[in-house]
Amino acid sequence: MSYSTKVLDHYENPRNVGTFGKDDEGVATGMVGAPACGDVMKLQIKVNKDGVIEDAKFKTYGCGSAIASSSLVTEWVKGKTLDEALSIKNTQIAEELALPPVKIHCSVLAEDAIKAAVADYKAKHGAMVETAACKGSDCSN
Amino acid sequence: MNFDFSKNHFELFGIPPLYQIDAIQLEQAYRDIQSQVHPDKFSHLSDAERRLSMQWSTQANEAYQTLRQPLGRARYLLHLNGVELHEETNTAMSPAFLMQQMEWREAIGEARAAKDVPELEHLSGQLRADIQAQQDQLADLLDKDKNYPKAAEIVRELKFMGKLREEINVALEALDA
Repeated sequence: MSYSTKVLDHYENPRNVGTFGKDDEGVATGMVGAPACGDVMKLQIKVNKDGVIEDAKFKTYGCGSAIASSSLVTEWVKGKTLDEALSIKNTQIAEELALPPVKIHCSVLAEDAIKAAVADYKAKHGAMVETAACKGSDCSN
Repeated sequence: MNFDFSKNHFELFGIPPLYQIDAIQLEQAYRDIQSQVHPDKFSHLSDAERRLSMQWSTQANEAYQTLRQPLGRARYLLHLNGVELHEETNTAMSPAFLMQQMEWREAIGEARAAKDVPELEHLSGQLRADIQAQQDQLADLLDKDKNYPKAAEIVRELKFMGKLREEINVALEALDA
């Protein structure tokens, strides 16, 4: 099986590889894995005060298509709001990278990583908002 | 010869539908079937009968290949009990497990980069023990507790662990150990 030029490009020059600092503000993490191939993917997003993803990083252990899929989505989510990021579909990823049918699960993994990261952000952020709102008021109910 | 294509793989070989099976009994049952449908034995049969024998032989072969592998057997048992693994689409593993997988991959990558063969062998031994423990748990879940959803989770985890084993072997081969 041969990889498309776009897959090779992302595989050889992956964008945004790495991890944000533990204490960086507005960082959320999505971890997913594909039992079919044993690939694991970690996607982190850094969200600013306006709810826009200003930066993203990934770490993926998997085949070229999995690495290319995660590299691509780190580029795509930048500058997007959380809801816009959630609208990214695996079919768009697969199409952009010209993934063959046997590698579609790599694009599913990348889509699910975005969802997991956004869910993590909302879980953390939601909790923070609640805490802030409770400050100085009676939240005992 | 009586061809009953509605039998499941376990019924076909006359063994109990369990994860822990007698491998010798399975192999014997498989050989018995194959010897009954060996092409030499039905040169005198009609085309239709011969075709049927061929199909029977193919089915027996498929069933044998599925049941002889522990993971194949587990997957098939789950399927019989209405639980599918969705290995292609189910990406929601427990975060703790995935984190552990990341750490394993990092450790293997580092040992490989450092050409540290003893470390790779150490990791390999540890992984073997982990896989064994998972398989023991899987046997209990499938054969005793009949907890199929939990068993499916373990099977999915074992798929990742199988991948780790491959990675270690590839690294050891690359270092010519």
